[in-house]
Amino acid sequence: MSIQKQGKITIQGGCVPMMIDDIDTDIIIPAQHLTQTSKSGYGQHAFARLKQGDADFVLNQKRYQNAKVLLAGDNFGCGSSREHAVWAIQELGFEAIIASSFADIFSNNARKNGLVLIALAPDNCQRIAKQATQENLHLAIDLKQATVTATNFKYDFNINPFFQHCITHGYDEIDYLLSHIENIKAHKTAIMNQSLFIQPGHAT
Amino acid sequence: MSQNIVEKIWHQHRVHHQDGFPDVLGIDFALLHEVTSAQAFDMIEQRNLSIHDPTKFLATIDHSIPTRINRHEIHDKTAKAQIELLRKNCAKHGIPICDLDSNHQGIVHVVGPELGITQPGMTLVCGDSHTATHGAFGALAFGIGTSTLAHVFATGAVLMNQPRVMRVNFKGELPEGTYAKDMIMHLIAEIGIGGATGHVIEYTGAAVHALSMEQRMTLCNMSIECGAIAGLVAPDQTTFNYIKNRLYAPDGEQFSQALVHWQSLCSDDGCHYDQVIELNISKLKPMISWGTNPQQAIQSHQVIPDGSSAALDYVKLNANQKLIGTAIQWAFVGSCTNGRIEDLRIVAEILRNKKIATDVTMYVVPGSEQVMIQAQKEGLDEVVTAAGAEFRMPGCSMCLGMNDDKVPAGERCISTTNRNFIGRQGTGSITHLASPATVAYSALAGFICTQFMTEEAS
Repeated sequence: MSIQKQGKITIQGGCVPMMIDDIDTDIIIPAQHLTQTSKSGYGQHAFARLKQGDADFVLNQKRYQNAKVLLAGDNFGCGSSREHAVWAIQELGFEAIIASSFADIFSNNARKNGLVLIALAPDNCQRIAKQATQENLHLAIDLKQATVTATNFKYDFNINPFFQHCITHGYDEIDYLLSHIENIKAHKTAIMNQSLFIQPGHAT
Repeated sequence: MSQNIVEKIWHQHRVHHQDGFPDVLGIDFALLHEVTSAQAFDMIEQRNLSIHDPTKFLATIDHSIPTRINRHEIHDKTAKAQIELLRKNCAKHGIPICDLDSNHQGIVHVVGPELGITQPGMTLVCGDSHTATHGAFGALAFGIGTSTLAHVFATGAVLMNQPRVMRVNFKGELPEGTYAKDMIMHLIAEIGIGGATGHVIEYTGAAVHALSMEQRMTLCNMSIECGAIAGLVAPDQTTFNYIKNRLYAPDGEQFSQALVHWQSLCSDDGCHYDQVIELNISKLKPMISWGTNPQQAIQSHQVIPDGSSAALDYVKLNANQKLIGTAIQWAFVGSCTNGRIEDLRIVAEILRNKKIATDVTMYVVPGSEQVMIQAQKEGLDEVVTAAGAEFRMPGCSMCLGMNDDKVPAGERCISTTNRNFIGRQGTGSITHLASPATVAYSALAGFICTQFMTEEAS
């Protein structure tokens, strides 16, 4: 029953410095594109409002076209719960995002799709951004060691041990939940349902 | 050991805890709508999983539908297909749906509470970031993504780390002419859009408990706009009175049993909070946003601060000027933040026997069919129409630019909604967030203003 995905240990590639704070989910993928019911087709619209009308915007520059890592400002992914934002970013080819902080729902959604979020100190983000602007910066992210490395620096980052296990083993979070299904049922019967007073089924 | 309300709810719903792993948290109820559910149905079907208990779900249609009178004619083909798919998925999996003209269709966060589904102490989720609205009842309610919805479908549980808890204590009385909307916008302006990231907020203080349930929903609704996972208010007599006699509410002996449980849901004396914020609101003026996120907001007598040139360029305003007097082309009343009957009453009272400015288009969109029916009973629709505004059919409408209702590029809208992000109400649109009263006064004037206009202009 479990869909075994390939585990991932390292991410290697270029880095796009998009140093804007508070990138919200409406910027990542505007709501007008959310009427689709598939998980694909969002990449072409991703960041459209930043790309349009600014030929020099980083995501329009050829030199960053095959980058694997997106580097952004503080509070990345704030706003709505739309998982489409994660799908759109992955469709652009990004496998990791580095920023000084991330919004909660976006973080949860990223984890479930294997998009790696790396929180680094603002100074370190700025330093990487500067280097990625000046030269063709190549980053190596080691998910087991939890390090981001280039030729002249190495930063440690915090990785949730459970997420680390999932991504390096290609393990889906839902399998962990399913392994607890009997516990969940028992807990609901014994405790939760005792204090749940909804009278079902009147409205429709 | 003393516990805060969030810890109480968490511990009651925690199925499993293992160090280094997220907790397995049982979910009592999930609400769904057309935009974030289709892929979740796909995910469980691909794995041959079934819905664990369809009676613990309810769907509605809100984001993608038109709000014109002939709303059954959906011109946008993908939106139409999305809605059809929700109907199909609900039928297939036995999930009840509040469809158009069922008398219960509406915005998911308006429908849940008015049906009496939202009750104290529950864990409630929805694929929508404004799910914190339900925290008004002392429920732990939070927005989830589509994969997490698939988890809830299959298991009735989510994986989540226990959140930190922030107490936001409002001191003083809410002044006349200000509302819960102004309270929450004030908080967001003070702590910033990432100020409560990683936290659930408990709103406390006499001013909070003096609010009606609908005002509390407005307060909790925008918790996400300061980054909070959820926001809630401990239940009290106002909560219990609101729930009583609603469709999904317990009655008779069951209601008495429920009360015993609900009354236990308060933070104990001396309990721990990870952060405490105190805000004195006794001199608060109506809040209006000026920029491109909800943190960029000022009180009506203040001037726009220096410092964010990108935001100012987008909204075509200058630092050090007042917002009062800025011409608007659009005024919008509605959304999960301010689309309830009390909001419509406030607006109708201000518009009664008056005309909105000729160069302003104003939409008043009830949050649900129930809200619409009640407004019609009270004649509010006629008051709104007589003032030159449009009273429309229920839905998310102009809040997020994903249905027919959009603010055209370059035009300025004063809006009771929750986000003023770039292009939120339509590509190139400019949004100013405010309370229903401020939106109504501004629509009459044709420019941003409040009831305190004369003193503010000086």
